Amino acid sequence: MKVMVAVKRVVDYAVKVRIKADKSGVETSNTKMSMNPFCEIAVEEALRIKEAGRASEVVVVSMGGEQCVETIRTGLAMGADRGLHVITQDSSSLFPLAVAKLLQALVSSEQPRLLLLGKQAIDDDCNQTGQMVAGLLGWPQATFASKVSISDDKESVCVEREVDGGIETIQLQLPAVVTADLRLNTPRYATLPNIMKAKKKSIQRVTPEELNVVIGSDLEVLEVTEPPKRKAGVMVASVDELLDKLKNEARVF
Amino acid sequence: MDYDVVIVGAGPAGLAAAIRLKQLCDREKRELSVCVVEKGAEVGSHILSGNVFEPRSLTELFPDWKKQGAPVEIPVSEDKFWLLSSKHAIPLPSPFRNHGNYVISLSQLVRWLGTKAEELGVEIYPGFSASEVLYDDNRVVGIATNDMGIAKNGCKKSTFQKGMELRGRLTLLAEGCRGYLSEEVIRKYQLRKQSGAQHQTYALGIKEVWEVEESKHRPGFVLHTVGWPLNTKTYGGSFLYHMANRQVAVGLVVALDYQNPYLSPYEEYQRFKQHPSIRPMLEGGKVVQYGARTLNEGGFQSIPKTVFPGGALIGCSAGFVNVPKIKGAHTAMKSGLLAAETAFEQLSKGSEPAKLDSYWERLQNSWIWDELNAARNIRPAFHYGLLPGLAVSAFEHYISKGKLPYTLKHGRPDHLSTEVSKKHKPIDYPKPDGVISFDLLTSLYRSNTNHEHDQPSHLLLRDPSIPEKVNLIDYAGLESRYCPARVYEYIPDENEKLTLQINAQNCLHCKACDIKDPPQNIKWTTPEGAGGPGYSIM
Repeated sequence: MKVMVAVKRVVDYAVKVRIKADKSGVETSNTKMSMNPFCEIAVEEALRIKEAGRASEVVVVSMGGEQCVETIRTGLAMGADRGLHVITQDSSSLFPLAVAKLLQALVSSEQPRLLLLGKQAIDDDCNQTGQMVAGLLGWPQATFASKVSISDDKESVCVEREVDGGIETIQLQLPAVVTADLRLNTPRYATLPNIMKAKKKSIQRVTPEELNVVIGSDLEVLEVTEPPKRKAGVMVASVDELLDKLKNEARVF
Repeated sequence: MDYDVVIVGAGPAGLAAAIRLKQLCDREKRELSVCVVEKGAEVGSHILSGNVFEPRSLTELFPDWKKQGAPVEIPVSEDKFWLLSSKHAIPLPSPFRNHGNYVISLSQLVRWLGTKAEELGVEIYPGFSASEVLYDDNRVVGIATNDMGIAKNGCKKSTFQKGMELRGRLTLLAEGCRGYLSEEVIRKYQLRKQSGAQHQTYALGIKEVWEVEESKHRPGFVLHTVGWPLNTKTYGGSFLYHMANRQVAVGLVVALDYQNPYLSPYEEYQRFKQHPSIRPMLEGGKVVQYGARTLNEGGFQSIPKTVFPGGALIGCSAGFVNVPKIKGAHTAMKSGLLAAETAFEQLSKGSEPAKLDSYWERLQNSWIWDELNAARNIRPAFHYGLLPGLAVSAFEHYISKGKLPYTLKHGRPDHLSTEVSKKHKPIDYPKPDGVISFDLLTSLYRSNTNHEHDQPSHLLLRDPSIPEKVNLIDYAGLESRYCPARVYEYIPDENEKLTLQINAQNCLHCKACDIKDPPQNIKWTTPEGAGGPGYSIM
């Protein structure tokens, strides 16, 4: 069984994010980029499934400009077998629906039985791609996975989902889409020998045109601004003053 | 894994050496495998420097660096030098000759060097800390990276990965100032004794990069100041350089032989920014990055023998900063070039074991030696105070240029220079205004520093009882003041007794604690790879 994992290159989680002067987006030049943490968890899960003997091949796919190759190499260094790079002019126009359509095309040519993704990217927090691609493919989906178990006959997968009320356990027929949540696993370090081996693993490049997918501009970013600075707290002298401020300034009621 | 050459540290020296080795391979049609390990998460993550760059060594490495797109673009346009009092700025003739030099981000230049090195076939592995030197019968045969995935309590986590041995026919240590493995090797082979060198002396530099308003941006503007806020007994000064993209590098360098344990280099820097001549230059702007690093100030008198069996020290691991010029990147790169040329010669000859002894001779015949020799008496003169220092500097700089047959010696080592706290009074530093000056944790956030939380502290205490017995009582817990990352804090425990808390996760890898701790009880060791600051334009 083949497992495909989609990974995204984002600003590293420890970096203090800055907005570009023209407010068109976040500054990414001279900024450290890394694989999205939830995508790392997805890759780790795919590797564990392979190590448990339930999968024969793990393919890592990423989309965007040339630098995506670094992110794919990280996946290969963790232990994935092959990489796929959908090369586009720039990464900023790849909104979830476009990514979902591209994944749909890749799935139909690669034929994986399980598509793993991170639940969301830490740059846009969309939490949409997994759900959209499952819809486009007509596949069952299990999002926010905190535990994934492939059945012995490899026909179904049992997933524990982290939902507001607790944990929901569902069983899906394969092929299926699963998105990873934080507690699914702790990703392994890429060891030096594996990083060296990864340099020799193949990364196939493909364009949206070759996949017959038109990337439409369904969304336009108008402006990106910093959140307003937290204002200093105000001490009130009495309960009446508090009620007055809550009503007339904070307009809570 | 076996390589011909293993290099520790992907900085200017390490990368210059790696690149030169591959260039020689191409030219002479030979093959040598070169591996560079770097503890930062990316090449450039741990690089911090002023920086007014003298392109001399870059030109030796890549004569067409301009065409190749090296990020060395802003020539120095103005070169100012002020003596500050608390209210005034007195312009003095600039002792620097920066014509032909460039204002750069060294982190950015090193990243560019990293891509050039990889293009030439150098294997660079960021995110791996070299934590151990490998010896075979008194000869260095390589290094080992540290184990990853060990929990705070010392147990192996599920992600445990054993470190790896990287063996080289030759090993070059290019860890920068106060390198962890370099210091061990210097001690083991008594390299300072071998060259008759004095101890190394250091300074701590605190730096920010600001983005200023267009109207205030003067690309190539270079300013240095001395005097306020430091007193006449404390050596140091500030720098303010205008880079590209409306970015301004600004910082304060404080020599670590300061005597007052209540001094906080970080707070002195915050104070400095409020000076009436400095503040307007930054107002309206915002801070993009913050960081700190120690640098060598020992110059000529402190250069250890740079060759040991199996390898050599290059760059600031040895210590080639020209202190009066405040430049060390050009000499670091040159030392890398010289070591690489020697290594190539020796490895091509095929004689085993390869020896780098002629690197030491090449160094002494190079312009590094001439330059550092000419500048040797300037920094030590300040041991006598600011005014004698300025007087001797002027004399040496304009008249004698190091040619007179005297060599001033350094004073006591930095860690022995601190006086006890009862001889001094606490300094009442002004509160940050959040506009020009900031509290330390806000600044620290801007360094992008991080470490895997669940790992043993990389800052070791030889005797865990000494901080409360000695540092706290005699020196008022000075490490809680000089550390630019608030790693060291004295917190009351359940019995209201002050105890030392080490926030290793904050560490900026500056090495100030390893240098300045009076009982030399604190030992900086390498944390898990990829931890530490995330500098990109420092």
